[in-house]
Amino acid sequence: MTEVKLVCVSCPVGCELTVVLEGKEVVSVTGNRCPRGEEYARAEAVEPMRVLMTLVRVEDGRDRVVSVKTDRPIPLRLFPQAMDRVRELSVKAPVRIGTVIEKDFLSTDANLVTTRTAH
Amino acid sequence: MRAYKVDVLVIGAGAAGMAAAAAAARARASVVLLERGERLGGVLEQCIHPGFGLHRYREELTGPEFAHRLRGELEASDADVLTEATVLDIHPDGPKVVVISPKGLKVFRPKAVVWAAGARERPFGALRIPGTRPAGIFTAGLAQRLLDLEGLRPARRAVILGSGDIGLIMARRLHLEGVEVAAVLEIQPFPGGLTRNVVQCLQDFGIPLFLSHTVAEVHGRKRLTGITAVRVDELWHPIPGTGRYIEADALILSVGLIPEVRPVEGFVALDPVNRGPRVNGWLQTEAPWLFAAGNCVAVFDLVDTVAELGERAGTAAARYARGELSRGRRVSLVRGENVVSLVPSYLDGAAEGARVYLRVPRPMEGVTVDLGGVVRRKIRVARPAEMIELSVNGDALAELSRRPEVTVEVRPG
Repeated sequence: MTEVKLVCVSCPVGCELTVVLEGKEVVSVTGNRCPRGEEYARAEAVEPMRVLMTLVRVEDGRDRVVSVKTDRPIPLRLFPQAMDRVRELSVKAPVRIGTVIEKDFLSTDANLVTTRTAH
Repeated sequence: MRAYKVDVLVIGAGAAGMAAAAAAARARASVVLLERGERLGGVLEQCIHPGFGLHRYREELTGPEFAHRLRGELEASDADVLTEATVLDIHPDGPKVVVISPKGLKVFRPKAVVWAAGARERPFGALRIPGTRPAGIFTAGLAQRLLDLEGLRPARRAVILGSGDIGLIMARRLHLEGVEVAAVLEIQPFPGGLTRNVVQCLQDFGIPLFLSHTVAEVHGRKRLTGITAVRVDELWHPIPGTGRYIEADALILSVGLIPEVRPVEGFVALDPVNRGPRVNGWLQTEAPWLFAAGNCVAVFDLVDTVAELGERAGTAAARYARGELSRGRRVSLVRGENVVSLVPSYLDGAAEGARVYLRVPRPMEGVTVDLGGVVRRKIRVARPAEMIELSVNGDALAELSRRPEVTVEVRPG
């Protein structure tokens, strides 16, 4: 059994949570003062998920880069790999906000999408 | 020179200004929105992280996406927009606003003005840190602009001074783009930003945060080579013998924002703590034709709040331009214990209700926010990083506005 300590970020209170894990199974969550804390701890202790925000190079444009995000959270542990992949990508100007740059990014089901229009 | 007549002139096309211009136009005023830069959106354009719009649009957006939505609202209105237009001067008699743009000098004679120029970052020169004056010292907003708008990498190894949300977010952005973040230093004994950002911007990437630390000295001749970090006591004085050299070619400063007030400070009273104009619930300053909204009034946490205040100011300015904004008795709001930022400075008895925004000076557990003994709100944990919002309904406002002044305080219990 392993114990994971977390600070809940669901609200400003910031409960200090203790999660007991048996492999990838959550055995118990303590320290939370509301159900949202338990939900947060169960997800966070096993597989923290985050939205990645970064930049993709723009070719033949006035802008050098365009901002992008994953349209849903992806596993945090994939971030180094994700950044390596992003550095290989580029788009031709102009590109509209909301354009999918890469579908099913790193087989995560998330798409990499532009968050601004670049010229 | 011919003067352009307009009902409402809005200065600054960030979140507050765009929302104000759209709202004033929807309230049937003729509106011109002035923007100094080439594009609309203000600082939102360079804030490429998510976390915006949860209140206003009920979904989580990045800064540029939030700006895109607001531009849509603006385009759907009849407001005119003038970019690359810098305000040189505002004359309170008239009022008259002098503007320079690539098309030349223009003079506006508006019936009402919404000042929405945002805030500036506290610069290195204001910190009085000893040492050399090399290249490589950036404010966080400048580093963010270089990195996320212009696609330039400003450093190889950086130290960040200040753990407010901007500093934390820049730590993550720099790390992801291949800049090693050696340390984040915070002079206070608690983080300046939200817990969520401490977790998701620092802990996620193993970036160390040193509380009760500051920069004692900067080193390097042409380019920064490193800094000396030092531990501080409760009075923020460096503790001798705790100095430590950290190698870095960039020092990123996230040490506070100051409302921009330069062209208006000569004729309106400023609040000494907020450092922006004193306003009533309509965001009306002491010059009745001048309204102010957003971070030029006080530094707010959420762009959603800023846009809402912009709308309120725009609507009120349109009504003022038509001569329809009635003013009731003006009641001063006074800071009691544990209140730093406080907006508005006055309650207006003629309004239907009011919203009061305030900030505590340090983290506090189990407190009651009290507005003149009439409106009370219990809060489990109050933190400086999160503004507290109080809603005042019409009945409470009517009662409070019979008094000469009303005190706001945050007390234990």
